[in-house]
Amino acid sequence: MPSLSPVSARLLRFSMLLPLAAMLSGCDWVVLNPAGDVARQQADLVVISTVLMLLIIVPVMALTVWFAWHYRASNKAARYEPEWNHSTQLELVIWSAPLLIIIALGALTWVGTHLLDPYRSLARIDKERPLHPEAEPMEVNVVALDWKWLFIYPEQGIATVNELVLPVDRPVRFRITASSVMNSFYAPALAGQIYAMPGMETKLHAVLNKPGNFTGFSANYSGAGFSGMRFALRGVEAGKFDEWARNVRAGSQDLDRETYLKLEQPSENEAVRHFAKVAPDLFDAVVNLCVRPGKMCMSQMMALDEQGGTGKAGMLNLAALTYDKNGREQISAILPGDQIAASQAFIKALCADNSPLRARSAEVGAPESLSLLRGANLPSPVRSGTAETGKLSLAAPVPAKSPVS
Amino acid sequence: MLFGRLSLESLPLHEPIIVATFAAVVLGGAALVGALTWFRLWGYLWREWFTSVDHKKIGIMYMVLGLVMFLRGFADAVMMRIQQAIAFNGSEGYLNSHHYDQVFTAHGVIMIFFVAMPFVTGLMNYVVPLQIGARDVSFPFLNNFSFWMTTAGAVLVMASLFVGEFAQTGWLAYPPLSGIAYSPGVGVDYYIWALQIAGVGTTLSGINLIATIVKMRAPGMTMMRMPVFTWTSLCTNVLIVASFPVLTAVLALLSLDRYVGTNFFTNDFGGSPMMYVNLIWIWGHPEVYILILPIFGVFSEVTATFCGKRLFGYSSMVYATVVITILSYLVWLHHFFTMGSGASVNSFFGITTMVISIPTGAKLFNWLFTMYRARIRFDLPMMWTVAFMLTFVIGGMTGVLLAVPPADFVLHNSLFLIAHFHNVIIGGVVFGVFAAINYWWPKAFGFRLDPFWGKISFWCWVVGFWLAFTPLYVMGLMGVTRRLRVFDDPSLQIWFVIAAIGAGLIACGIAAMLIQYAVSIIRRDQLRDESGDPWNGRTLEWATSSPPPAYNFAFTPVVHDLDAWDEMKRAGAPRPAGNFRPIHMPKNTGAGIILAGISTVCGFALIWHIWWLAGVSLAALLITAIAHTFNYARDFHIPAETVAETEAERARQLAALKGAAA
Repeated sequence: MPSLSPVSARLLRFSMLLPLAAMLSGCDWVVLNPAGDVARQQADLVVISTVLMLLIIVPVMALTVWFAWHYRASNKAARYEPEWNHSTQLELVIWSAPLLIIIALGALTWVGTHLLDPYRSLARIDKERPLHPEAEPMEVNVVALDWKWLFIYPEQGIATVNELVLPVDRPVRFRITASSVMNSFYAPALAGQIYAMPGMETKLHAVLNKPGNFTGFSANYSGAGFSGMRFALRGVEAGKFDEWARNVRAGSQDLDRETYLKLEQPSENEAVRHFAKVAPDLFDAVVNLCVRPGKMCMSQMMALDEQGGTGKAGMLNLAALTYDKNGREQISAILPGDQIAASQAFIKALCADNSPLRARSAEVGAPESLSLLRGANLPSPVRSGTAETGKLSLAAPVPAKSPVS
Repeated sequence: MLFGRLSLESLPLHEPIIVATFAAVVLGGAALVGALTWFRLWGYLWREWFTSVDHKKIGIMYMVLGLVMFLRGFADAVMMRIQQAIAFNGSEGYLNSHHYDQVFTAHGVIMIFFVAMPFVTGLMNYVVPLQIGARDVSFPFLNNFSFWMTTAGAVLVMASLFVGEFAQTGWLAYPPLSGIAYSPGVGVDYYIWALQIAGVGTTLSGINLIATIVKMRAPGMTMMRMPVFTWTSLCTNVLIVASFPVLTAVLALLSLDRYVGTNFFTNDFGGSPMMYVNLIWIWGHPEVYILILPIFGVFSEVTATFCGKRLFGYSSMVYATVVITILSYLVWLHHFFTMGSGASVNSFFGITTMVISIPTGAKLFNWLFTMYRARIRFDLPMMWTVAFMLTFVIGGMTGVLLAVPPADFVLHNSLFLIAHFHNVIIGGVVFGVFAAINYWWPKAFGFRLDPFWGKISFWCWVVGFWLAFTPLYVMGLMGVTRRLRVFDDPSLQIWFVIAAIGAGLIACGIAAMLIQYAVSIIRRDQLRDESGDPWNGRTLEWATSSPPPAYNFAFTPVVHDLDAWDEMKRAGAPRPAGNFRPIHMPKNTGAGIILAGISTVCGFALIWHIWWLAGVSLAALLITAIAHTFNYARDFHIPAETVAETEAERARQLAALKGAAA
C-alpha cells in the first residue's frame, strides 16, 4: 500500500489485530489457569497429554498434506507404484508409534487418576507447601436443589444458598448430594467436577489458593431452571472467612427442616441467602431422602433389611417409603401425625436409633509422594478387614517407602 | 377416555414459532401431495418404491429419509446457535426453556437415530450386496420392514413437534429427570416409543446384513478377500445386533417405571438412576462405532480408487476394524468418570479408551501410505477424504484427552466435549457420507454429481465446520458448560456469534449440496456415465451397469483376488454373452409399510394413554404379521429372455462406448 504513510499503515495493521487481541485478553481461560491446586494439576495434565499427542498428530497432518500435494495426478514427476501395498517395517512403525504414545499416556493416566482422585484427601496446599498429615480439612456439604445450590458448613453451623465462601489455602472436603435429579458440582477455578445425585453422596477434596471472585455452576442439565443454577465462589483470607461466618451466624434466619422443604421446591435464578443456624443431621437426612416428616430414611430401610426385613408387616407403611414417586417431593408430612410416631416406634424397635445413619463411604488417604511420573508411594489398596463394611478401602497407611525413592 | 391424555390443549397453539412451522409444513405437504396426485405418482411410488424389496431402492429410501431428517436436525442446530448468540446481558433470547430444552434434545436424537443411522444403513444396504456379488440381501422383506420401522420412529419424532411436546431431558434421557416424577408430560414417551420402534428396524437390518455378508458372498470371496467396506459393515452390524437389544431393554425398563410404577431407576424404593446411565452407554458407546466403522470403510474404498492403487495394509486394516469392534464394548464408563467411581475403575476405562486410538491410528496411517507413491485424482470423494483425515485427527486427539479422567473432570459436559464429538461425527461420519454420496451416486442413478456445486458445498462445510466448532473448543477451556440457554458473562458473546456465523456457512454448504443434486438431475444427460465404472473402481459394484439391473448380476461373479473388479479388468475377463437362465427374485409386498403404519398408531396410542387404540393396534399388528406368513406368493422369476435382452442392451452400450473412445 504505497499511498499510505508508514504510521497509518502500522495503525491499520494494528487495528486489524485489535478484535483478536480484545477477544483473547477479554476472556478468561479459567480451566487452564485456575486458582486452586487440584484444578491446576488437572490443567497441567490437559496440557501434557495434548503435547504428548501432538508428537504424532503434527507429523501425520504434515504428511497428509505433503502426500496429497506431491502425489496429485497432475504431478507426473512423482513416483507411481500401483502394486506397492505392503511393508512389514512400515506396519511395525504405524502400530508401534501410537502404541508408545499410549503407553506413556496410559502411565500418566493411571498415576494422575489416582493422585487426583476426588475422594483422596490432599497432601499439599500447593506446589511448594506440603500439608501436615494430621491436618483436618474443612467440611462443606453441598446439596443441588431445583435450581440452586445449598452449602452447609457443619463446623461453622451455617448455611448459604448460591454462595460458596472458602478460606484461602485451607483444604476442603465437600460431601455432595442432590434433592431431586442429577446435577454436577463444578467450580472450574477450584477443582474438577463431580456428579451430585439424589440418595447418594459423592466427595471432592480441593483447596483454593488465591483470594478472588469466581463462579461455579451445575455442569449437568437438570431441567427448566438449569441455566440459572450458578453460585458465586469467593476466596477470602482465613481471618476474613471467620469474620464472614460470624456475620452469617448473627443473622436471623435458620435452616430448619421445614425451611429446607420450602427451599427445595423448584425456583429459578435465586439470589444469595444466608442461614444462621442449621438443623442437626440435615445433610444426612437429605442424603437419606428423609427430611420430610414421617419419611423413613434409606439407611433405616437398609438397617431393617440387614436384619432380615420386616416381612409382610413392611407392606403396611409403604407411604413412609415414598419419596418422589408420584411427582416432586411435597412439603407436608407424609403420614398423619399419630402414625408418624407409630412408624418411628416400629423402626426404633428394630434398630437402636432412628436418626439417619451417616452414609458409609470409603475414604482415600493422601498420597505420600506427589512426583507425578514416578507415581510411587500411593497407599496401596488394602482390605479394611472389618466385616461391617466389607468394602475395599484405600485408607490404610503404607508401611514402607518404595525402593525407588 | 376416548382420547387418553390428548386434548386440544396438547396442540402448541400458543407457540408462534411452532405454529408458523406447522403452517409451512402443512402447505409444503399439501403441495407435495397435490403434485403427486396431479402427476399420478402414487401408484408408481407404491409399486416401485414403498413396497419394493430391492436392496438398492431401500438403500436410496434410507438416504432420502436421512436427508429429510438432516434438514430438521440442522434447523434445530440453527435455532440453538441463534438463541445462544443473543441470550446475553439480561436477554432471554427468543426461546423459553420449555422450547429450547426440547430443541437440543430433539437435535441429538434426530441426528444420531434418524440421520446418521439411516445414512449409514442406507449405504450398507445399497453397496454391500453389490460388493459381494449378491442379488439382494438374505431377507428382502425384512429389509423393507426394517426401513419402514425406522421411518415410523422418525414420524413419531416429527409428530411430537406439532402434537404435544418432545422430551426435555437431553438426548439420552437420564433418569430421574426422565422419570414420571420430573417429566410427567408426553415428551419422554415420544422419545421412548420412537426409539423402540426404530430400534426394531435397526436390529433386524443388522441381522439381515450379517446373514447377507456371511452367507451370500460370491464364490471365491473368502473373508480376507472381502472389500474393506464390507468388512466394516460386517463389524458394524455385529455391533448393532449385540448392542441395540441393550437399548431396547433399558428403554423398556424406563417405560415400566413410567407406565406401571416399577422402581428400576427411581430415587426411592431402591431404584438406581446410575444403572440407567451405565446401561444406556453400554449401548451408546458401541453406537458411535456403529456410525464410524462403515465410514472408515467408505474412506478405504475411496482412497484406493482415487489413488489408483491397492489399499496399503489390507490385513492390518481388517484387524484394526475387528479390534475396534471388540474394544468398543470396554469403554462405556468414560462417559461418566465424574459419577464418583474409584480411581482404578476410572483409569481402567480411560486406558481402554486410549487403546482404541492405536488401531484407529493404524487405519489413518494405512490411508496415508495408500496415498504414498499414488496418482491421486482429486474428485469430490477424495477431497472429502483428505478433509476427513485432517479434521478427524484433531477430534481423535481431543477424544483421547477426554479419556484422561483428571482432564475429563475439568472438561466433562463442557462445550469442549460438544466440539469434540461434533469434530468426530461431522468430520468423520458426515464428511464420509458426503464422500460416499458423491462416490456411489453415479452407480445408483447413472450420472455423476455436478462438481462445481459440490466444491462450493465442500468448502462451505469444511470452513463452516471449523468456524462453528473452534469457538466451542475455546469456550470449553473457559469453563462454559453445555445446554445453557442464557448467559451472564458478556465476554462470551463474541464466541457464540462466531459459532453462529460458522453454522450459517454450513447452511450455505447444505444449500449448495441441495443445488448440486438439483443441477445434476437437470443436467443428467451431460453428466451421464454409461460405463458403469466412472472412477475406474476396484470392487464388484462397478462391474455392473449404472444403475444396476434389478438382479444386479446376470451370473454370480467368481472372485480370484482382493479388488475383484480391478483384477477382472486387468485379466480382460469377458462379459457373459449367452446361456442366460431365469433369475429367481423376491416379490414386492406392502406388508412392511402396513406393519410399520400400525406400529406408529400403536406407539401414538401408548404415548397418549389411549388404551383402547393401543390394544386394537397391537392386535392388528399381530394379526397382520401372522396373516403375512400365509402369503405364499413371495417370489417370481425374471425370464431368461428378459435377462438376455437387458444384457444385450448393456453389451451394445459398452461397445458403443468403446467405439467412441477408439
